[in-house]
Amino acid sequence: MTAMVEIRDVHKSFGAHEVLHGVDLTVPGGSVTVVLGPSGSGKSTLLRAINHLEKVDRGTITVDGELIGYRRVGDRLNELGERHILRQRARIGFVFQSFNLFPHLTALDNVAEAPVATGRRGRADARAYARTLLGRVGLADRADAYPRQLSGGQQQRVAIARALALDPALILFDEPTSALDPELVGEVLDVLRALAAAGTTMIVVTHEIGFAREVADTVVFLDAGRIVEQGPPEQVLDHPRHERTKAFLSKVLT
Amino acid sequence: MSLVSTPTPITPTPPATLTVVPARHPGRWIASAVVLVLAAQFAHGLATNPGWDWPTFTGYFFERSVLRALAVTLELTLAGAVLGFLGGVLLAAMRMSRSPILQALSWTYVWVFRSVPLIVQLLFWANLGYLYDTLQIGVPFGPGFHELSTARLVGPFGAALLGLALHEAAYAGEIVRAGLLSVDQGQLEAAAALGIPRPRQFRRIVLPQAMRAILPSAANELINLLKSTSVVYVLAIGELFYQVQVVYGRNGRVVPLLMVATVWYVLLTALLSILQFYVERRFARGALRTLPPTPVQRLRTALSRGAAR
Ligand SMILES: Nc1ncnc2c1ncn2[C@@H]1O[C@H](COP(=O)(O)OP(=O)(O)O)[C@@H](O)[C@H]1O
Ligand SMILES: [Mg+2]
Repeated sequence: MTAMVEIRDVHKSFGAHEVLHGVDLTVPGGSVTVVLGPSGSGKSTLLRAINHLEKVDRGTITVDGELIGYRRVGDRLNELGERHILRQRARIGFVFQSFNLFPHLTALDNVAEAPVATGRRGRADARAYARTLLGRVGLADRADAYPRQLSGGQQQRVAIARALALDPALILFDEPTSALDPELVGEVLDVLRALAAAGTTMIVVTHEIGFAREVADTVVFLDAGRIVEQGPPEQVLDHPRHERTKAFLSKVLT
Repeated sequence: MSLVSTPTPITPTPPATLTVVPARHPGRWIASAVVLVLAAQFAHGLATNPGWDWPTFTGYFFERSVLRALAVTLELTLAGAVLGFLGGVLLAAMRMSRSPILQALSWTYVWVFRSVPLIVQLLFWANLGYLYDTLQIGVPFGPGFHELSTARLVGPFGAALLGLALHEAAYAGEIVRAGLLSVDQGQLEAAAALGIPRPRQFRRIVLPQAMRAILPSAANELINLLKSTSVVYVLAIGELFYQVQVVYGRNGRVVPLLMVATVWYVLLTALLSILQFYVERRFARGALRTLPPTPVQRLRTALSRGAAR
């Protein structure tokens, strides 16, 4: 398997506060990586750096062999223009904790928007494809509903369909079930399972340990801006080597 | 002690014997009666006081010169609103841009044009020819290609429109900015994460959502503008207020002619308010789970309910 994502020595500060202290991570194509870590450990920041919603201060991130956000000229990195970055982002799906659906567009138009906006598909074609994707997340019959007319779980499934609409090489999930009522978590995780089974490369930040155990190829434990431990789920979840991983897991599992 | 309370036994009464008696509100009845008497008195005064001179009012309400003046008022309002809001969008975009120079420029514009009273500003524009005899198109600080007489380019109507539009832009800029600020940051992030180009993010994602916050204030501003057009009478432009002054200057019937202008302003404002209702309703799609019924729909349900009874 070739690497889909390579993160090398990434540092990121907000003002004087360094949030990521040199993160290294390799994500093979077609694999599922689950990122665990306490609140404030930098999980969202790391995920947002991968599609350049946050600029990193040092280090490099490549997705599918392409350097994100910069062009390398000799040993200098020149920041790319807005349009180029937007084109790179179109290859990386992102699913937010708070869904961020466009409230004034129907579910169908939410999904069809990006392919039309990026010139990837014509309007009719994009809508037909959006219908297919809504079918895949089990919402074929809610295509004409507005986001506020949908339950949280349904909204998140629309958001996943929206992220799929550009046929991304990689999808990033930032706590996709944390804003949901407990009984709605399952329907969203089912969609994630199906995506994993179809061979989609995914990085998922979540506190759902059961899901991690079942679906993840690699579990990464992030603490205070450093990757403390990573490996297959049975190793990291059942035989953690670091005290902090143990402490975190004992808190999450009770 | 038992935690399960035994229910209090209710004396079994056959339900048919119980009648619901609505609460009485004597205070409400007295207040309504007082208000109705006052309103009747006022209406009686309007009808019987000869000072209102209704024959003169009706004679002039649809008179040719009044209707022509009404058209000028509408023209100034519409053109002023369109130009003003275009300027407002530009000012808001500048203010929210990342360039400190554009930000400062926008801030200064709003500061200056909100400070100068409209009437003073209008007189300045009317006297532009005194400051600049001719206007030149050419390279900044360099040679000019084409020269125009200021008085020919900016006539009284042009001066009035310029004044209204520039004044309006300052207020519209703040209204648009308030609307843009009301859109959740997450919307821009989602749009950026999907790789949607900037101009389309603005047009398709941000602006339609901002419209919800913009519309009520914008309608307020438009109605304000409709009435502000009466200020341009100082430039001797034949809009509604100027025209009724001309007429009562001739025939001395001040009150009925002021009523002519007043009733037209009231009717136009009513029209704009109805328009506002429907436009707001259009932009409420998705913001509300179900749209409230229009007055027409409400009337229809009330009628069909009455018929069913
Ligand atoms: N835009 C920002 N400005 C300043 N500080 C931030 C910003 N975003 C995140 N942080 C800080 O960075 C740290 C890591 O945040 P985050 O990546 O959201 O953590 P996590 O997702 O693991 O909970 C936190 O201390 C947070 O307060
Ligand atoms: Mg987070």
